[in-house]
Amino acid sequence: MAILVDKNTKLVVQGITGKQGRFHAQQMIEYGTNVVGGVRAGKGGEWVLGKPVFDTVKAAREATGANCSIIYVPAEGAADAILEALDAEIELIVCITEGIPIQDMMKVRAILDTSNSRLVGANCPGLLTPGQAKVGIMPGYIATPGPIGVVSKSGTLTYEAVYALTQRGIGQTTCVGIGGDPINGTSFLDVLQMFEEDPNTEKVVLIGEIGGTDEQKAADFIDKHMTKPVVAFIAGQRAPAGKTMGHAGALVEGNVGTAAEKIEKLKSVGVKVAAYPEQIPDLIMQ
Amino acid sequence: MNLHEYQAKLRFAEFGIPVPRGKVAFNANEAYEIAKELGGVTVVKAQVHSGGRGKAGGVKVAKTPDEAREHASKILGMDIKGHTVNKVLIDPGANIKGEIYLAVTNDRAARKPLIMASSEGGMDIEEVNRTAPEKIKRIHINPLIGLRSYQITELASGINLPHDLWKQFEKIALGLYECYAASDATLCEINPLAVVEEYGQTILKALDGKMTIDGNGLGRHPELEALRDTSEEPQEEITARESDLSYVKLDGQIGCMVNGAGLAMATMDMTAHFGEQYGIGPANFLDVGGGADPEQVAAALRIILSDKNVKTILINIFGGITRCDDVARGIITAMNEVPTQLPIIVRLIGTNQEEGLAIINSANLTNMTGAKTLYEAAQKAVEAVRGAK
Repeated sequence: MAILVDKNTKLVVQGITGKQGRFHAQQMIEYGTNVVGGVRAGKGGEWVLGKPVFDTVKAAREATGANCSIIYVPAEGAADAILEALDAEIELIVCITEGIPIQDMMKVRAILDTSNSRLVGANCPGLLTPGQAKVGIMPGYIATPGPIGVVSKSGTLTYEAVYALTQRGIGQTTCVGIGGDPINGTSFLDVLQMFEEDPNTEKVVLIGEIGGTDEQKAADFIDKHMTKPVVAFIAGQRAPAGKTMGHAGALVEGNVGTAAEKIEKLKSVGVKVAAYPEQIPDLIMQ
Repeated sequence: MNLHEYQAKLRFAEFGIPVPRGKVAFNANEAYEIAKELGGVTVVKAQVHSGGRGKAGGVKVAKTPDEAREHASKILGMDIKGHTVNKVLIDPGANIKGEIYLAVTNDRAARKPLIMASSEGGMDIEEVNRTAPEKIKRIHINPLIGLRSYQITELASGINLPHDLWKQFEKIALGLYECYAASDATLCEINPLAVVEEYGQTILKALDGKMTIDGNGLGRHPELEALRDTSEEPQEEITARESDLSYVKLDGQIGCMVNGAGLAMATMDMTAHFGEQYGIGPANFLDVGGGADPEQVAAALRIILSDKNVKTILINIFGGITRCDDVARGIITAMNEVPTQLPIIVRLIGTNQEEGLAIINSANLTNMTGAKTLYEAAQKAVEAVRGAK
């Protein structure tokens, strides 16, 4: 068992003919993900990496039965790509693209809220269910199947945590990168709930960072609704207020969104908070 | 990106919001000329990207053009919270009867735009929020349909605005939302939106303005990008932006180069964790991007080395899709392009990490040391700074 993606995932790649899209499509195919095709307007009928290319997501869905889409489209067209996938009623949409304007994402969010689809991202490393499917850019070899669910706002910090777990022989059910944008499709709450309901997930690792109040809300959710232990790490304890730290969402505004506030809140509901990423496996084994 | 007050007010005016007809002066004589042209009482206002200008003495009322010159000469060159004032706005004085707060911003938690108004204008709104949150009226806006008239009515009645001002208020609120939506703004704030007596009439006027633009939206607003004022920015941050690197200058001694924003923050935290007791910490946040190719690494090194506080460099790379041996070769190439004698701690982890570390070690750069964990790397970096002292 796993959450969001598994061996039944039928994936279509939006932007498969681009440099990033093609490179990562190949990586996903090599990992064993069931990539059923790609989309690029104007390139319909061509083949890339042995997979058919379609002009629209709708056409791809009709021809292949795709239930999941991944987006590698540049920022200026990424909101449009998400809306196209929503319109084609793709159940799970994963957007890797970084740099989508926040007002575009607010509009996408308003439409997403009225649909039956789920969006993961944008500005995220995607999803990895070890041994079954990789939908994103996470390096596949760092993960191994096992009982830990991982949810994170950061790419390399996720790799760091997952790799540290794997090296200690602790495997993962699914690794979920929800992304570092201020407004995204899937929140910590959504993923925590899925891990709580997933029979194979025994413990959860949550990796957050400064900015916003998602981690505080996650703490409330853990307090009220979770029976499984959670280990957390929050990046940005030394980040100055008013400066965006790489991720558009990693910004302390006034006194809202500091790491100290998040760590305190998580600790207050019994979450073990690691002082540094390499400590995560120790806390998981306790 | 923040706009200056005068830039924000000019932008507001484009959306039909009444603003004072002031002008910017770069020296005291210009201030005198502008005050003379405006006639009567004027206000000399420091134009810096910092709050608290009034408290710092950066806003002064002048009764005559001579007084405006005097104030300007004092304010220009003044330091306000680490920002040097190099221009002042000369606005005409106003007969203020009341002050309102009005702003449109992104509500991150609600994932919607938010319009806020308060009868307690002129004050620091965060202070009002702390002491009397009930005095701020908040209404969420559906981004697909925009701000509606009935919502403005709710806002006006929520702050007990006199009926005779509602029509003006509606026009200003609609203009402010339009300005926000058309500028990819994350904040459009009027504080105060003053009730002023002018030529026997009561009117609403935006006496102060603040605008912040979403960096991700700037690409489609070249007219706003052109307003960027780099005179207050550290040179390193300007160079980093031009090299497409994400960099924030801090005040420590350990120059950090990391791939990925989250890991870069964690690396900063770790150096502070070990160094704090000795007054040692990170000199910067720097994300070289996922691939860490030689060109980016070299550009990053140049930026780190241009900060004279830096005593040690810490390179922390997780080789995910990219292989550590490729990254190691990139680092060595960059080192040859940008030579330095400062101690460099390199931590490589992920694909082919052993090969990568072997390349680092065999390059025989005497100032370079490998580390296996972030823990070890941060510790070594702190030790290196202490040794250099």
